[in-house]
Amino acid sequence: MSDSIDIINAFALMTNFVILPALSYGSQLALGALAVTLVYSILRFSNFAQGDSMAFGTMIVILLTGFMIGKGWTISGIPTALLVIPIAVIGTSIYMLTMDRLVYRHYRRIKVKQNIVGITASIGVMFITGGIVRFILGASPQRFEDGERFIFSVREFKAFTGLEQGIALKTSQFLTITIAILLVAFLFYFLQKTKTGKAMRAYSDNTELALLSGIDPDKVVQITWLLVAALTTIAGALYGLDKGFAPQQYHLLLLPIFASVIVGGIGSPLGAIAGAFLVSFSEVLLTYAYKKFLIYLLPLSMHPNSLVQLIGTEYKYAISFVILVTVLLIRPTGLLKGKVIDGD
Amino acid sequence: MAYLEGTNLVAAYGVVPILHECSVEVEKGELSVIVGPNGAGKSTVMRVLLGMLEATAGEVKLDGQDISMLSTQERISLGLAFVPQNKNVFPSMTVEENLEMGGFLRLDDINKTIEEVYSLFPILYEKRKQLAEELSGGQRQQVAFGRAMMTQPSVMLLDEPTAGVSPIVMDEIFSNILDVRNAGMAVLMVEQNAQQALNIADKGYVLVSGRNEHTGTGSELINDPEVRKKFLGG
Repeated sequence: MSDSIDIINAFALMTNFVILPALSYGSQLALGALAVTLVYSILRFSNFAQGDSMAFGTMIVILLTGFMIGKGWTISGIPTALLVIPIAVIGTSIYMLTMDRLVYRHYRRIKVKQNIVGITASIGVMFITGGIVRFILGASPQRFEDGERFIFSVREFKAFTGLEQGIALKTSQFLTITIAILLVAFLFYFLQKTKTGKAMRAYSDNTELALLSGIDPDKVVQITWLLVAALTTIAGALYGLDKGFAPQQYHLLLLPIFASVIVGGIGSPLGAIAGAFLVSFSEVLLTYAYKKFLIYLLPLSMHPNSLVQLIGTEYKYAISFVILVTVLLIRPTGLLKGKVIDGD
Repeated sequence: MAYLEGTNLVAAYGVVPILHECSVEVEKGELSVIVGPNGAGKSTVMRVLLGMLEATAGEVKLDGQDISMLSTQERISLGLAFVPQNKNVFPSMTVEENLEMGGFLRLDDINKTIEEVYSLFPILYEKRKQLAEELSGGQRQQVAFGRAMMTQPSVMLLDEPTAGVSPIVMDEIFSNILDVRNAGMAVLMVEQNAQQALNIADKGYVLVSGRNEHTGTGSELINDPEVRKKFLGG
């Protein structure tokens, strides 16, 4: 290891251990946060079942992946999970529409205070969904990634650039970021430009006037669930490809996802995306051990002896929690001005 | 028989009775105005006519056909249009999107109707890309009015279209309403500014506690000493 200041290797190190992981984790959170935002804007409640719904979608992906690999129906180099996502989205859609029919629709019809009742109902759905996933797949962690693990590996990168520090781009990271960009672009196009998307925004803006304009509320709700199912399944599958699947882990994702939504401004899709990256970068930056990074940047006499890690990784959920509490205390409307959650 | 008739309407919010056998009607090419003190049930009449509140008795007829059992959406598709008093635009959508949403049910080309709205309200054309929430109260009222026109309705129901706007804008709105009436539409309007509204009304209803207290042509009501004394400030 050199004893002079080495900015390029320090940057390579940060890219490999902070920027790429945070970008892909942030993209996964962003998709989950967009699903929560859609439910909040259209159905008017904070969906506590989001994390477990992601586990449900991922469960279908895992089951289908196993089936496809068993049959030998794979394409070399491409994760089989990617091929089965469309079918998993359909499965999750059916599940969500069923839950809407069995649980949420009733409360919509009787016109109760939708947020607080919806939250309570969604907590019930959360437990049911989590239970179904554990019943079918069990509670233990699983990996379902196959195909090429890397777009380029540390070794290839080093050989190519001659740098001491390597950067690896995992297939899962590459897929996460690419798919997230495409999906977000599609979602914004859909909401901004299509007649159905506009009707959804109109319904969210002023429900009574939407009804007076002849917009069918049931159709708006159904399309919302379809979009939510797609976002949820894809977010879950990408997170699982990246970090492995564990029901408890997915359940806990609710906290960073809610933090993202609230930091960004509740009900604001752009805010949810910004919030997701703020949360992911905070988590990764605060739990990263900077020792090696500082050794690259500081003269020998100042090299640290400790790991220079601000917070242990086991406390990473506390970071979301602190962000959440801070925003609620200081700027409850979020960074991009959103709504303030109240009982209505 | 008038084009739109509400006959002997009885309605309540929960257990609180609001309307007691109240009747209103409006003919094509005419303007009917409902005035009366606060809490008289003026807006409730409109909600019942639109099917947003269920009447416990009485019937609503459109062009002779009983529509009492139809949903709000079905009544809209039959040609009723409503401009609510508050929350009458989609605030985070542009002016143009507001108009598009007004024409949501239409399958034909709505651009021609949008052009018509723009020619009626030139300021909306200038502001077509702006969000409705950024507009002034009067302009917002115009967006609301324009949105309702997008269904090409045969009956327009307006709930206090001049609430909270300046006197100049009020005159403008009234002249717009007369334009629409003259074009052959039936217009039913609830108004706080009773004097001005009755001045331009073909038919007037004074509602008190959910009952028809006085009914007549606009000028009859204005010249009725009792109505003047009680409702028009002498």
